[in-house]
Amino acid sequence: MTRQKIQQASQTTRTVENKARRSLLNGLWLTLSGLALAEIAWLVGSFLKPLKSNGSPDRPAKRIDAGPTDRFAPNTVTAFPQGRFYLACLKDGGFLALSRRCTHLGCTVPWDPEKEQFACPCHASVFDIRGNVIQSPAPRALDRFAVSIENNRVKVDISRPIRRSALGKAEVTYK
Amino acid sequence: MTRRTSLDNPDVNLLQRIWRSVFPSPVRPHTEMGRKRFLRGNLILHFRPPTVKEKTLIFTLSWGLGGIAATLVLLQMATGILLKFIYVPTPIDAYSSVQSIMVQVPFGRLVRNLHHWCANLLVVVLMLHMLRVFFTGAFHHPRQFNWIIGLVLFATVLAANLSGYLLPYDQLAYWAVTVFTAMMGYIPGIGRWLQQALGNGSELGPRTLPFFYSMHTAVIPLLLAGLMGFHFWRIRKAGGLVVPRKPAEPIDEMSPRVPVVPNLLIREVSTALAVTATVLILSIFFDAALSAPANPGLSPNPVRAPWYFAGLQELLLHLHPVVAVCVIPLAAGIFLVSIPYFAYPQSSEGIWFASSRGRTQSINAAVTSMVITPALILVDALVVKTAPWAVDLSPVVRDGLLPLLLISALTTGGIFALRKRWGARLNETTQSLFVAMVTALVVLTLVGIFFRGPSMRLIWPF
Ligand code: HEM
Ligand code: HEM
Ligand code: FES
Repeated sequence: MTRQKIQQASQTTRTVENKARRSLLNGLWLTLSGLALAEIAWLVGSFLKPLKSNGSPDRPAKRIDAGPTDRFAPNTVTAFPQGRFYLACLKDGGFLALSRRCTHLGCTVPWDPEKEQFACPCHASVFDIRGNVIQSPAPRALDRFAVSIENNRVKVDISRPIRRSALGKAEVTYK
Repeated sequence: MTRRTSLDNPDVNLLQRIWRSVFPSPVRPHTEMGRKRFLRGNLILHFRPPTVKEKTLIFTLSWGLGGIAATLVLLQMATGILLKFIYVPTPIDAYSSVQSIMVQVPFGRLVRNLHHWCANLLVVVLMLHMLRVFFTGAFHHPRQFNWIIGLVLFATVLAANLSGYLLPYDQLAYWAVTVFTAMMGYIPGIGRWLQQALGNGSELGPRTLPFFYSMHTAVIPLLLAGLMGFHFWRIRKAGGLVVPRKPAEPIDEMSPRVPVVPNLLIREVSTALAVTATVLILSIFFDAALSAPANPGLSPNPVRAPWYFAGLQELLLHLHPVVAVCVIPLAAGIFLVSIPYFAYPQSSEGIWFASSRGRTQSINAAVTSMVITPALILVDALVVKTAPWAVDLSPVVRDGLLPLLLISALTTGGIFALRKRWGARLNETTQSLFVAMVTALVVLTLVGIFFRGPSMRLIWPF
């Protein structure tokens, strides 16, 4: 046998016996680097995650005193900029607190007292005094906040907006 | 005998020796050899190949668009770094810091205007670059993946524009970004999480501005630099640009070559200078807008997206948000990404509009799209939005499923007609589809910019 052939033979045997070990090592490396990547992704994700205090469902109730019930005439809407809501007093005297945030993409909807509707300036959604959609693209009625009446004063819990379905009938609070 | 080089020549004075240690070859080489030495000895230039195919230098192949884009990105980095010295990224101080850039800082107005105009021009230039790459068939093998890198670059530039748009924290910025984060909320699965990360769920939170600022001034510039390096390296690996040819001609592998210095270099430098001069003139005469400070209680009427998102905004006016935000952009994205990977019967690289039949079919596709898109807009605005039968339908069906079915039917019908009636091959079908899509986007954008008045009602502008 020439030297070259011997060399070739030894090389082939080496690759053969190395194959299993190699694939094991390769697999190990792959797994380890995968783990390392996942770890880094997890770190970045946790770093950027919003802090807990906002938006968690177990927020304590935050109630706003909107004033005495007889301040509100039927069929009117009063804005509460601090609380970010509208207090609607319906024709029958029922109260409804509506979020001022359009359910389409979050613009602030102004109340138009002449047409008696909320008309969104962003993509032309229109809502009636109960917050129901008159004209799309808004996919559902305006969110509402829980209203309670204590000692003839209207109280609104602004901690949590309550979602309503597209054609949902609002729950109205009466005196 | 020892050989004396200029470096250890004692007759040369200290300054000259220092100069030569930095620039080993003569700066204005006069021989072919000298030019090659100069090219290799220069850090920036040695990334270039020594020669390029002469036919690829023709202006009407590339229209200089890639080089213009690169110049604009560099200008963005230069002006952006300057702005960063003055700008304060907090909701309270951001607006007044931009105001002081405009009225107090010497040349502040010019620098901000430059940043503004380059940002807008960059979007236009990239769209044109993409059109030229597509219509010269430069996405075929071996440039398939460079088309994808280009798409990622385009998305990154859009992200830069969007994140930059918030920074002045004026009314325009505030509401455009409110709408944008709300759009994220409609993405199935991760939407709510994304919205929480960007704002505090319902409104822009205290963390929104720092988030956008870090994205805009650190993450995105690094990404852009890396991607651009990758893009250019791939162009070189593909052997330069596509060689333009007539439909009947075969691909010319052995096209004659000319040296990069000075042939390509002089073209690039003059393009860059012309671009810089143009944006300087624009920035001297036209100011970037700064509206009233952000006010969460009052959405201005109408709220307009920046012009490059006006088409998307127009979709949002008509369709269910999930369709406008996810389904249609996703479908368009998948189409764009798969363009280089369809099994084409032959490569049309270097042939403008793939073939002469492709040219007529593209024009037909553009005209069809130009008729159908406004018709659909009118039908929705005048009939569907008010018709009694539509009011009682659930929004998911009326604004989501029905329009999707209609669009799919129109697209399938169009493809069928092209293939069966006009005998289009895959190259031409893809091209016609692309043209129809681009035309629809242009129409939607024009409608969104010019035909929408207060409360986003349709108006007649003339
Ligand atoms: C910041 C963004 C970009 C920069 C700076 C850039 C730069 C360039 C430059 C300088 C060239 C060479 C010559 C020319 O065509 O002008 C080029 C070619 C190319 N670009 Fe881009 N580009 C960008 C975005 C894009 C986009 C959005 C796409 C497509 C989706 C794209 C796809 C391509 C392809 C496929 C080529 C090769 C063309 C050929 O071989 O003829 N690029 N780019
Ligand atoms: C392709 C790259 C970039 C694009 C498309 C872009 C786009 C924008 C846009 C549209 C604005 C809003 C300007 C206005 O109010 O009219 C902006 C602002 C700003 N950008 Fe960039 N930018 C880019 C790169 C950079 C870089 C690299 C930096 C710094 C490292 C930077 C720093 C800033 C700063 C500090 C502002 C706020 C000042 C102001 O609003 O005028 N930008 N950018
Ligand atoms: S945000 Fe109100 S209609 Fe789009």
